[in-house]
Amino acid sequence: MSKIVKAYGVHKHFGPLHVLKGVDLEVAERELVFVIGPSGSGKSTLLRCLNRLEQPSSGSIEIAGIDMLSPKTDINHARQHIGMVFQSFNLYPHMTALGNVMLALRKVAGMGRAEAERVAGAALERVGLGDRTHHRPAELSGGQQQRVAIARSIALEPKVMLFDEPTSALDPELVGSVLAVMRDLRESGMTMIVVSHEMSFAKNAADRVIFMDHGVIVEQGPPAAIFDAPAHERTKAFIGQIRQH
Amino acid sequence: MTAWNKFLDTFFNAKVMAKYLPDIVYGTWVTIELAVFIVLAGIGAGLVLALIRALGIRPLNWVIIFIVDLFRSLPPLVIIVLLYFGLPSAGWSPSAFLATWLSLTLVLAAFAEEIFWAGITSVHKGQWEAARSTGLRFGQTLISVVLPQALRLTVAPLTNRTIAITKGTALGTVVALHEILGMASSAVSNSYNPSPLMLGAAAYLILFIPVVVVARWIETKFAWKK
Repeated sequence: MSKIVKAYGVHKHFGPLHVLKGVDLEVAERELVFVIGPSGSGKSTLLRCLNRLEQPSSGSIEIAGIDMLSPKTDINHARQHIGMVFQSFNLYPHMTALGNVMLALRKVAGMGRAEAERVAGAALERVGLGDRTHHRPAELSGGQQQRVAIARSIALEPKVMLFDEPTSALDPELVGSVLAVMRDLRESGMTMIVVSHEMSFAKNAADRVIFMDHGVIVEQGPPAAIFDAPAHERTKAFIGQIRQH
Repeated sequence: MTAWNKFLDTFFNAKVMAKYLPDIVYGTWVTIELAVFIVLAGIGAGLVLALIRALGIRPLNWVIIFIVDLFRSLPPLVIIVLLYFGLPSAGWSPSAFLATWLSLTLVLAAFAEEIFWAGITSVHKGQWEAARSTGLRFGQTLISVVLPQALRLTVAPLTNRTIAITKGTALGTVVALHEILGMASSAVSNSYNPSPLMLGAAAYLILFIPVVVVARWIETKFAWKK
């Protein structure tokens, strides 16, 4: 299977902090990769380097054939094909759900109003919010907000979706609705990289689980192997900790 | 003459008032014209400066911060006097209107820049990241996502500051600008009676009370609905 994400030797320094210490990551098309690890392990930074919200200090990143770190690359064009969902949703509070989804369709994809409205409506329908298109973020629950955020990304038909702890800010009873949307995406063949500790979701849906600690990938493998028979002590300790929650 | 009659004759002398009413009306128009130009140019320039500052070009930002701090520190009266009496030595003699307009515009622009800038920086970083991650350019993100949120936060401090500075049009009287206070003072010297000043005060009230009321309405309307 061809690799849609190819990142090699990615380093990231924040001043004196060495957050990523040479990470190699390949993701195949249609693969769902889970990234787990303690806070400060560099997993979110890795995700943010992939679409260059953070500028890696060194290394190479290629996504869907585009060299993300080349100065010649139109980063705005490249980002259109890399969806990102954030822990804190980051919806635009002054716009309706529909407006949130339409903005990039109009400004980036260059659609007219009618077409953008149709595409945005379809995306909201897909995440189960067809009846909430004219609500503002403040009028939506956390789970609904996160689904609008997912709709905002998938409306642009990305080739890869990055999820940065998409359910961490949600009340437990709202997590399910977001995971259901992610499962639907997964079934439609979307390539996904997910930073999250939703273990049961990972077990059911992930093709591969990566455990990161101190800026390196400690080990990776199928979910069953990582969760039930981790090879490294650090992985064992971490899995034991998140199990208790 | 009783004390009461004397008081009325001094401050509310109908004859004097009637005589100088046209002057005060004229002054009122000058004040309105001046105020409108100050508000438009001052807020416009302040917004442009804040947007330029958002680009994050270091040397440019130092220049902006220096200018802004300069005009926030100087008393407006000093700027008016400097421009009106100082510039002619440099070969340019601005009219009283122009000198007052320019001075107060610079002061309002400086304060407005700081207010807009505070609004822009108070918008959460996640808003930038979400917009940029969908491929929006810096400018598109600033205009479509950040600025609308920033403006909401700036409405209240901006209207207050605008009212305060616009009232400073009365300072134009020191350079013989024929605005309300200037017209009223010369009427007082000509009539040896302070009644025209009462007319002037009334003109300011008629002018600014509606502005204050509208400002209050704008503030409630734009109050952040979370």
